[in-house]
Amino acid sequence: MMNMESTKNAVFPKGVDPTRIKPYGDTMNDGQVQLSFSLPVPMGPEAREAARRIAGRMGLKEPSIYHETDLGHGFSYFIVYGKCTHTIDFSAIVVPKIDMEVMGFHEIEHFMEKHFDRRIRVVGACTGSDAHTVGIDAIMDMKGYNGEYGLERYPTFETINMGSQVSNETLLARIVEFKADAVLVSQVVTQKDVHLSNLAELVDMVEAQGVRQDLLMICGGPRISHEVALELGFDAGFGPGTKPNHVAGYIAQELVRRRRS
Amino acid sequence: MKTSKLGLDFEKVDAARAAASEIAASVMDFAAKRTTTSVERATLRMMGVEGADAEGVHWVNRVVDSPTGRDLLAHGLSVPFADAVARTGMDASETARAVAAGSVEMAMPSGEALEHAVAAAEDLAADSFRRIRTQRSRRQESLAELGEGERPLLYVIVATGNIFEDVDQARVAAKAGAQVIAVIRSTAQSLLDYIPEGPTTEGFGGTFATQANFRIMRDALDEVSREEGRYIRLCNYASGLCMPEMSCLGAMERLDVMLNDALYGILFRNINMQRTLTDQRFARLAAAAGGFIINTGEDNYLTTADAAKSEHTVLASDLINEQIALRCGLQPEQLGLGHAMQMNPWSEDMFLKEVAMAQLVREVFPGCPIKYMPPTKYMTGNIFRGHVQDALFNMAAVMTDQGIHLLGMMTEAMHTPHIHDRYLALESGAMIRQAARHLGDEIEFKEGGIVRGYAAEVLENTCALLEQIRREGLFDAISRGVFADVRRHMDSGRGLDGVALRADDYRNPVESMLSLMAGVKGE
Repeated sequence: MMNMESTKNAVFPKGVDPTRIKPYGDTMNDGQVQLSFSLPVPMGPEAREAARRIAGRMGLKEPSIYHETDLGHGFSYFIVYGKCTHTIDFSAIVVPKIDMEVMGFHEIEHFMEKHFDRRIRVVGACTGSDAHTVGIDAIMDMKGYNGEYGLERYPTFETINMGSQVSNETLLARIVEFKADAVLVSQVVTQKDVHLSNLAELVDMVEAQGVRQDLLMICGGPRISHEVALELGFDAGFGPGTKPNHVAGYIAQELVRRRRS
Repeated sequence: MKTSKLGLDFEKVDAARAAASEIAASVMDFAAKRTTTSVERATLRMMGVEGADAEGVHWVNRVVDSPTGRDLLAHGLSVPFADAVARTGMDASETARAVAAGSVEMAMPSGEALEHAVAAAEDLAADSFRRIRTQRSRRQESLAELGEGERPLLYVIVATGNIFEDVDQARVAAKAGAQVIAVIRSTAQSLLDYIPEGPTTEGFGGTFATQANFRIMRDALDEVSREEGRYIRLCNYASGLCMPEMSCLGAMERLDVMLNDALYGILFRNINMQRTLTDQRFARLAAAAGGFIINTGEDNYLTTADAAKSEHTVLASDLINEQIALRCGLQPEQLGLGHAMQMNPWSEDMFLKEVAMAQLVREVFPGCPIKYMPPTKYMTGNIFRGHVQDALFNMAAVMTDQGIHLLGMMTEAMHTPHIHDRYLALESGAMIRQAARHLGDEIEFKEGGIVRGYAAEVLENTCALLEQIRREGLFDAISRGVFADVRRHMDSGRGLDGVALRADDYRNPVESMLSLMAGVKGE
């Protein structure tokens, strides 16, 4: 996610045409993919044929049913391999990335001391009905994640972690009261994409309150990407594998950039 | 003479248990002096108040939240309510509607009228108690007739949000060998101060727990039990702000397992400790009366705390939970004490420590169907590695003779399980249980080895922690963040406004009947 390399600089294995790439198994351009799925039909020769045809409709040539199980009560399960017939022009791909340099704890502290004469205020919460604070805790709490201290540990940040199941109303009230410079919203568990509507609603509310321009809005979670975040009206989105210093470094650099512009 | 594969010092276990017993006594004493809106609502449900208003608010909520309901909370609502039923000549649900509408007022009767009202309250609750007894014997008969298969019982979740879809998933799971079906609740339900009514088809991350949904799933599982020739247990939650009501509904609708742990609610849902510990006392009396297994939530502690440094908090909490439960009349065979160590699967000898902990909990609670859970913290989108990790823990569960094994699923931390995720988890669990069936009987851990050393260290730390909690009290310990690295305070958290100190004239005939059925001496 932090990798700034474009596709132009990429080094490819032998035999690859970057304008026409397809999945790889053991022979270049074999298109091999594996998939598994259940069908709501009773197991039998017709079910097997249905599974094969579904794979065919997905654009897989020579689909092979390698495993099948009768799950009972009218459900059947398949493990299928096939050869993908589609290709993608890799050289034409542009993915929005967060424009920043990755810095470590001490580097960020040094940067912050140089550019700010006050602590930067950050509010974090896991919003909606989501009770999973793993993500927000990993980024914000003292202990941090994977050997990287959380934001709470940075003397130049002043943080509030509101925990789980925080309503957007409560979060907004806290943002205003705390005069937050940045808000971090975590969404871990989702069903029927409720996390997206939660996030979009917060942006609307922040705008209606008239504080959007003074607030850096950041979201994160296993199904969040920077691109999704931008679509929702956030400033940045962090996906799986994000460490606290990525977020801290982004906040520091972005706030400085905004002050300059 | 007790034998131990770990060479445990059972005098230390006794000392830890004695400290936990004192802690439990003071918590129970605290809870017995209080009541809550949810305890009184459970009482009214037991007295036959059914149905909800046009907005879906149950009549027990409307009665308890009525002006006189609030005024009378500290005195207990069952007697004034029974008095109102007797005065109006209507049935319980009609009276509740009239109280909610303000056309009938409740008041605490005195003298002879008081004794009449107490008797009337007992009469109103008689049907519910009959129902609980019938359900209890039905479970016992089914278990005697069909059995339930080998232990550890394979426990899987369903969580589609739609009870009818859940039924389909549960039937398929049962066919694949599931022995306990847990219907996961919609994520925020623990924070709702009412129980929704009727069958539901929409939820988030789970399905709303309602009396109708309990019934739909129990009926389906009864049918599946007959088809499979084995009794399939149903699990749901007696936790959150409606804990006492859920427990009563569980007893009435023949839930076989219920997650029930005030500490979990305090730590992970920020429910006020006075509220939920008071609720828990009543809920566990109902659990004892209903004869179902309770699962406690220690299996979640180490998702937030550092596993390598905090195992002893899990064992300490299990001991406290055991002692509280025994004081509520639960039998050891009803105590599905939770544990899971959440160790990093990449750390050296992690599996040895995991087995040490699982065996330690086994030996400390020999008569209990302890509930084991694989680590969820280290599950990622790499479903293939996740499946292997889960297999490791399936092995640990069999080796250490766990009672209930919550099966890990490869898509944990990704989405609610798809039908084949659950199938693959059950297939792996059943295969490993079969393949390693008697491995545990063959093992005695080496003297001076890693496993024994680790278990001894955890036990030692558990003793020290319980001794400290005994001195400072459970409430202070929680406010210092002893469990799960989470701090909670006496006067903060959700639901505190629903707590009242019992007045001198507090009466609750339903609670007395539950205590009698649970074999606990009344107040």
